[in-house]
Amino acid sequence: MFYREAGQYKTSYAADMAVFPIRQDLIGVLLMLAVAYVAIPMFGSEFFLSSVMIPFLVFSLAAIGLNVLTGYTGLISLGTGAFMGVGAYACYKLTTIFPGVNIIVWIVVSGFFSALVGVLFGIPSLRIKGFYLAVATLAAQFFLQWCFVRIPWLYNYNASGAIEVAQRTLFDIPITGARATPETRYFVLLTIVVVLTWFASNLVHGRIGRAWMAVRDMDIAAELMGIKLLDTKLLAFAVSSFYAGVAGACMMFLWYGGGEASDAFNINQSFNILFMVIIGGLGSLIGSFFGAAFISTLPTVLKFGLPAIGIPLAGATAEHLTHIVVGGLIIFFLIVEPHGLARLWQIGKQKLRMWPFPY
Amino acid sequence: MDILYKVLIDPFVQMGAAPDLLVQTVWEGLVSGVLYALIALGFVLIFKASGVFNFAQGIMVVFAGLTLVGFHEMGVPAILAVILTLGVMFLLAVSVERVVLRPLVNQPDIILFMATFGITYLLIGFGELIFGGNPKRMIAEELYLPTGSIEFQTLGGFVQLQKIDIAAAVIAAIMIAALAFFFQTTRIGRALRAVADSHKAALSVGISLNQIWVIVWFTAGIVALVTGIMWGARSDVSFALQVIALKALPVLILGGFTSVPGAIVGGLIIGIGEKIGEFYWGPLVGGGIESWLAYFIALGFLLFRPQGLFGEKIIERI
Repeated sequence: MFYREAGQYKTSYAADMAVFPIRQDLIGVLLMLAVAYVAIPMFGSEFFLSSVMIPFLVFSLAAIGLNVLTGYTGLISLGTGAFMGVGAYACYKLTTIFPGVNIIVWIVVSGFFSALVGVLFGIPSLRIKGFYLAVATLAAQFFLQWCFVRIPWLYNYNASGAIEVAQRTLFDIPITGARATPETRYFVLLTIVVVLTWFASNLVHGRIGRAWMAVRDMDIAAELMGIKLLDTKLLAFAVSSFYAGVAGACMMFLWYGGGEASDAFNINQSFNILFMVIIGGLGSLIGSFFGAAFISTLPTVLKFGLPAIGIPLAGATAEHLTHIVVGGLIIFFLIVEPHGLARLWQIGKQKLRMWPFPY
Repeated sequence: MDILYKVLIDPFVQMGAAPDLLVQTVWEGLVSGVLYALIALGFVLIFKASGVFNFAQGIMVVFAGLTLVGFHEMGVPAILAVILTLGVMFLLAVSVERVVLRPLVNQPDIILFMATFGITYLLIGFGELIFGGNPKRMIAEELYLPTGSIEFQTLGGFVQLQKIDIAAAVIAAIMIAALAFFFQTTRIGRALRAVADSHKAALSVGISLNQIWVIVWFTAGIVALVTGIMWGARSDVSFALQVIALKALPVLILGGFTSVPGAIVGGLIIGIGEKIGEFYWGPLVGGGIESWLAYFIALGFLLFRPQGLFGEKIIERI
């Protein structure tokens, strides 16, 4: 960044530890929000909004959720996809039973259901960790996936077994269902993501976030310092599943507009989000956005970008090529910078701050 | 009360009433258990020697199977195709070691774990690109594997055993015995065990880690090929296998990550447990519980014995 902190004096510890220690950082974030709220809907085409921006935002939310658990608390989870599914189904049931209440309320509330389920499956985390815990969360993944298919109550006994998104409005503007425009869906989703990101940022910068990081770095030492392990870990599971649940509800209601859960919330989705978190950077909120942007837009870019520059691709080949490129890039990034895109961003910022001097 | 009766008593009454069905179910569980155990064995080999949790073992099985079938489709005789496939697996081991493991040495476990995800995606992509996404028939007859089934009368009923299943069990046993022999007696086996104990100590007595890693990944490749042949002979070789390979994870938990006997016993327990659970308790909740029962068995186990049946006790120090 071509700005320095010269002339901005701090007189208290709190000011020094603030989320935006330099005024320009704050301006930068406001600028980005302005771009997201004004410039993108104004200049982006419908296609860009619905197949680039909306997936990106949904996955960012899920990645933030997993980052709270894996990046900040050090607990590996392979059940994110299923927790997203819990959110989607909870939202579906709630809006069917209480159609009068605004859908946005239900999208957020469904996160609490997901949090409850997350806490249940997080209980073993007190005794087990690392890969053992990953397998425990796989139990959640497969069990919940089974529930989505086998419990017809969850999908209102539909013949198709899929979630059917009804039309819901806010101020008489349709925001879900077939008649909602990509712009409205984008605005609703963006607002949810901005608010929840702000919330997550406060959480990880505060006492709770420090407790999480202490547990991540060494749980026994954290316990000796008076951090209650069970409470802290379960809270991490709850918050993480909350974000995943909201992301799942958003995915179904604001992006897909309904569909079968076995496709959307399967094990590959869990892996996908884990990729985002690791490529983006463990323990970094901005990294979650980088990772989500990278992994969610890569298939689209390959699918439409390569033919545009003159390399013809068949549909199936594009998919296979995506696998190869994603796999190759994962390995490449891990070798070049194991701490993810967020660290590259930091290094870049530092270099620019020093520029034109090397040190 | 009715539910309690159905859950606690009725399944056992059924077992007693038709022992031949019970034997059949146990046998089927045993066979899928052998296959789980084979995949788990690949995991354990690599985990012991390099501390890498190799997520790619499942796709290696698919890849090896597809390569074998692919060579045969090109007109290569079956036995030669096996040898060529082994060559491919060796190349894979070398390139994994060169490209992935060597630059990532000394990184935390989760980074290496993620790197194997990368390998998985690469292999899926290349596999689909080269062999296409459709399931393929394994060349069982050409490899002189028996087909058909034998039936015998026992316990007041018929029990049907597929010959290929018997062959799978026998071959798995032979391979495990061979691996045990290789580990216990040969010079390389001793080096492998040394590396498993401590990387640094092994390096200091002049064992080349890079060489060992190639050998271990190649061994895991051989195990993958055998698993691929056996599994492919029962059903087709397809990428769906890769998801089933995740079942090896509860097996590992049950047996312990570092134990070869653990992988085998764990595989058998999980295989039999899930088949019996599905057959006798599954109908109570609408069936299909096979997809998650294994994980719950492992999870319940984990709460009481976090290191698994045969795993080394986890000692934590600050």
